[in-house]
Amino acid sequence: MKRTPLFMTHQRLGARLIEFGGWEMPVQYTSIVDEHLTVRKAAGLFDISHMGEFLVSGPGAESFLNGALTNDIRKLSPGLGQYTLCCNESGGVIDDLYAYRLSAEDYLLIVNASRIGIDFEWIEKQLGRSPHKGRVQLRNASDEMGAVAVQGPRVAEFINDCFPGDSTAGTKVSKASELQKNQIGQFNFQGKPVWVSRTGYTGEDGFEVVAPAESIIAVWDTIQQRGKLSGLKPAGLGARDTLRTEVCYPLYGHELDEETTPIEAGVGFFVALDKGEFTGREKLAQQKAEGVEKKLVAFRMADKCAPPRPHYPLWSAANESARIGEVVSGTQSPSLGVGIGMGYVPPEFGKVQTVLNVEIRGQRATAVVVPKPIYRKAG
Amino acid sequence: MSNIPADLKYAKSHEWARVQGGEATIGITDHAQHELTDVVFVELPQVGKTVKAGEACAVVESVKTASDIYSPLGGEITAVNKALGDNPALVNSDPYGQGWFYKLKLSNPSEAASLLSPEQYGAQIGG
Repeated sequence: MKRTPLFMTHQRLGARLIEFGGWEMPVQYTSIVDEHLTVRKAAGLFDISHMGEFLVSGPGAESFLNGALTNDIRKLSPGLGQYTLCCNESGGVIDDLYAYRLSAEDYLLIVNASRIGIDFEWIEKQLGRSPHKGRVQLRNASDEMGAVAVQGPRVAEFINDCFPGDSTAGTKVSKASELQKNQIGQFNFQGKPVWVSRTGYTGEDGFEVVAPAESIIAVWDTIQQRGKLSGLKPAGLGARDTLRTEVCYPLYGHELDEETTPIEAGVGFFVALDKGEFTGREKLAQQKAEGVEKKLVAFRMADKCAPPRPHYPLWSAANESARIGEVVSGTQSPSLGVGIGMGYVPPEFGKVQTVLNVEIRGQRATAVVVPKPIYRKAG
Repeated sequence: MSNIPADLKYAKSHEWARVQGGEATIGITDHAQHELTDVVFVELPQVGKTVKAGEACAVVESVKTASDIYSPLGGEITAVNKALGDNPALVNSDPYGQGWFYKLKLSNPSEAASLLSPEQYGAQIGG
């Protein structure tokens, strides 16, 4: 298993470690529920150094990326990022990712840890066949960089203490807390340039920091120290999963895979059919026009019962012998105190308020289709 | 350091039994709850059901996993801890007290002799 530069930090903090996508990562430091609730109420600090970073530069970078990814990358001015997907020719998802425009001709792609090798090979192949080939440089910088995510309503209180001063590139701000959602700025951290974006995967306000690998321990320590008075706690992959499930963010390998399209997964908003040609466009346009055969729904359990989990079968409530699909993500929601999940069903079962049955260890429990996100902040 | 009360008997699979005459109360140990963390649901057996020693009779679910609970002793279930329905976290906070699972009328009280003593259980978990 691979280890991030923060491995010893996790050990020192007493983290329970598990295997995730080929990496030895902290699943929890104290309790998944406590870490989750701390992110919702105060702030949590996540090691995301296992994720991948690709640098794509040159005069042809924008056009190349726009042909390889689903969202319209031309919308990005320097210092802005967007959620996007990389699809194969059948519209199936190779990966979901964030693309940032760092400067006029420089882009940073943040990809899933489990897909780094596959993504890079795919994008290299696309570049090799692209008319923009000679005007694009592509580099896998994943091993050179580390990253952390600091998420929660109180993060804005201390982020400037962690990265003081003006941004030196990207979005021009006089302090990090002035970055708006999806904006990214470069800051000087102990003499090294780090990228700070106002993005996250928890449904809370927060920032993600990409730094040279040799600086990431100092970045973590600084954030942990400065965040103490705001109630910041380290948080592991367990809480990361319950947080993103509550707000229905997809996780590759669950809601998304090479046999599933963004339309089926309900993220068609990030597919810009009108921008021109891109890999997978034909199938996605067809699905937008004609409909899909499977659709991602969010559900919550109607009664107290064991939590729904990935791969549990979904059955029709109206027709007991109709198995209609499968859970792809499921958990007991720490914020709501009820079982929640997402699964794929034929579109006719996808309307909000449809009753479904989730098969949990041989018994069927009642669930109701609900709008996304399942958890929403009050007020 | 795990808490291992001196007045209980233990199973290798991390259940405890409080034996009083021909009856026993069953739960899971402090070591077990610490390994699980965050208990979110407990599936308890039906009152009136007869279980054998070593038989899987309950399920404890944490955020990440579902674990089978094996009855350390055989007998008829006489009561189950309904409080766990509203507050499964009692298993974590008070595993030997309010986090109890069920009570049994023992079919063979001598079975208790083959359970582990607190010292033996402590040795097993390396405490």
